Amino acid sequence: MSEYKIHALVCSGTGCRASESDMVVENLKTEIAKQGLSDFAQVVKTGCFGFCEKGPIVKLIPDNTFYTQVKPADAREIVEEHIVKGRKVERLLYTDPDSKEAVNDSKSMNFYKKQIRIALRNCGVINPENIDEYIARDGYEALGKVLSEMTPEGAIKIIMDSGLRGRGGGGFPTGLKWEITRKEVNEQKYVVCNADEGDPGAFMDRSILEGDPHTVLEAMAINGYCTGASKGLIYIRAEYPLAIERLKIAIEQAREYGLLGERILGSNFNFDVELRYGAGAFVCGEETALIHSMEGLRGEPTLKPPFPSVEGYLKKPTNVNNVETYANIPVIFNKGAAWFASIGTEKSKGTKVFALAGKVNNVGLIEVPMGITLREVIFEIGGGIKDGKKFKAVQTGGPSGGCLVEKDLDTPIDYDNLIAAGSMMGSGGMIIMDEDDCMVDVAKFFLDFTVEESCGKCAPCRVGNKRLYELLNKITDGKGEKADIDRLINLGSVIKDTSLCGLGQTSPNPVLSTIKNFRNEYDAHVLDKKCPAGVCKSLMVYEIVEENCVGCTACARACPVGAISGERKEVHKIDPTLCIKCGACEERCKFNAVIVK
Amino acid sequence: MGKVKTLDDLRKMREELKSKTALRDKSEHSEGMIQVKVAMATCCIASGSRETMNYLADELDKRNIEAVVTQTGCMGYCYAEPTIEVTIPGKEPVIFGYVDEKKADEIIEKYIRHGELVEGIIPMNYKNIEDTTK
Repeated sequence: MSEYKIHALVCSGTGCRASESDMVVENLKTEIAKQGLSDFAQVVKTGCFGFCEKGPIVKLIPDNTFYTQVKPADAREIVEEHIVKGRKVERLLYTDPDSKEAVNDSKSMNFYKKQIRIALRNCGVINPENIDEYIARDGYEALGKVLSEMTPEGAIKIIMDSGLRGRGGGGFPTGLKWEITRKEVNEQKYVVCNADEGDPGAFMDRSILEGDPHTVLEAMAINGYCTGASKGLIYIRAEYPLAIERLKIAIEQAREYGLLGERILGSNFNFDVELRYGAGAFVCGEETALIHSMEGLRGEPTLKPPFPSVEGYLKKPTNVNNVETYANIPVIFNKGAAWFASIGTEKSKGTKVFALAGKVNNVGLIEVPMGITLREVIFEIGGGIKDGKKFKAVQTGGPSGGCLVEKDLDTPIDYDNLIAAGSMMGSGGMIIMDEDDCMVDVAKFFLDFTVEESCGKCAPCRVGNKRLYELLNKITDGKGEKADIDRLINLGSVIKDTSLCGLGQTSPNPVLSTIKNFRNEYDAHVLDKKCPAGVCKSLMVYEIVEENCVGCTACARACPVGAISGERKEVHKIDPTLCIKCGACEERCKFNAVIVK
Repeated sequence: MGKVKTLDDLRKMREELKSKTALRDKSEHSEGMIQVKVAMATCCIASGSRETMNYLADELDKRNIEAVVTQTGCMGYCYAEPTIEVTIPGKEPVIFGYVDEKKADEIIEKYIRHGELVEGIIPMNYKNIEDTTK
């Protein structure tokens, strides 16, 4: 049988599925069948394309036509026009925001131009539920090569030479981690995939697992061979149902093909993978807490040493790596350590996946070479700030990281530069903030998260973060005093120095870095009792400008609490003691007579 | 015991499977490849352009010529259907008319392989919007 001449790739990640991409797939199939073209055009459910801002995405191959925001009802037009007659459906094409022109070929989209997709190489290209498509794109070749041609030491050396560092946040050299576990003598060892992605706004690992689960299984098997482990465990949060489903399918298929199980590819190596579910606690991303959670104990961290590589799961040597780290492994073996090391900066090799979120035009998932600048990421790939507003800051590293500002925009992104700039790489969340964001409020948001997620085992984190939060609340409430800012700095430093695990050691970072970069905003809250960005409600006062008010009574009628008084055709007045600052009056007034101070 | 017993098994399997996703690999690196566009409007389809497209894609693949075969809307030469446009990198696009399987075979062997012109070329007598704005 001849091959399909057109492939319609439909994103089937969580985001696009929420916008009915499953129905798009079904309708495309039905319409193609109706036209009698089922041998000519193929519909493929793929993983995430990264361009989540405009999902659901349908990409037609081979001409790289990129249709955005496709609804199930659009399927008929795509089939009748594009697939039957070769005419692009103009209204669904992606439009370049600068030139306002429809983009015919996805390769000319700014969003993709600067990306290098290694970890995401198969996301949006193959059907993650079909092992054959993974194998067709060199899947399990790396495992085969390692098992038949390399010793564990030799394979680990390749990972060391590649310069790969842990993508979960810390940036520990992956090869070294493997070597430490390999050297441990024990009849049972474990390799664990940390898929407990908990940063607010981060979805890198989920997208890899949903779009290319086999790459993680293959890398874990390689990891098992190198470290001497016959058992792999994937710790994944139960709130990622689609990733879990695809992993289960992938594990089944790999077992059926003999790529997991006993005597893999004719070698003496046995390896199998099982899933372990987490309940979605942020602290379980910390490897000792993760291991305890897998053991059925409370998800609480313990002091290191002993490190998991010496004493981990069930007290056996355990190697823990993150999903994205694993996704790089097969490519390193297929293309060589030197190739991988040629990408990136001196100390940070390869690429990094980031989840762009917040006030940026192209919210989505990107993979860029290390050493790219924040400016390129935010303004070229991300398409700049929403609604033409002014860039204010970007938070990297999630609640453990810090904010970076205008002056940091041209810093090349790598592990060490980000730490030097006062933030961290983290797992890859990137939250962009504009002039309308209040930095005190942002710090409060992240702290609210860590207070909620603190496991409560050690006092600095359990009590200290709560006190930090209360201080911030006091400031945004307009009750702050000058000494409170120093209290925040002192207490924050103590929490960092004395907490047991990574969660507490980093939780004050958003507070400290916003104070460092936006001291004037804290001062304005404390000294002038003003919120410059106009976010903190307690510090806002709604007033009526007498000259503009015509006495139409629209505001008084809109006010839900009866705080506005005044007769018809006379100037109205807002009672600040009753006002709840909902903004309804400002919205309703047609004469610009209501202002916020 | 699974069905892939050795690395050779895996590689054999990949060779067989490769063609299933080859089109996607191709479209990722399509710059610098030979582009063949087949007109696919109602009149073209009626004259057999889909068969021509299938033939071209399969044959180019069989003969190991790296080319991307896509379809496009009506080119306007409805009297000469099926029509195709062939762009060899670095050269001007050339349009051929009355392309049945025999003609397609001739175009592949003579024009695409060796750059020799064959009969049936339709002179380009119009400009695109892009050409006029350049």
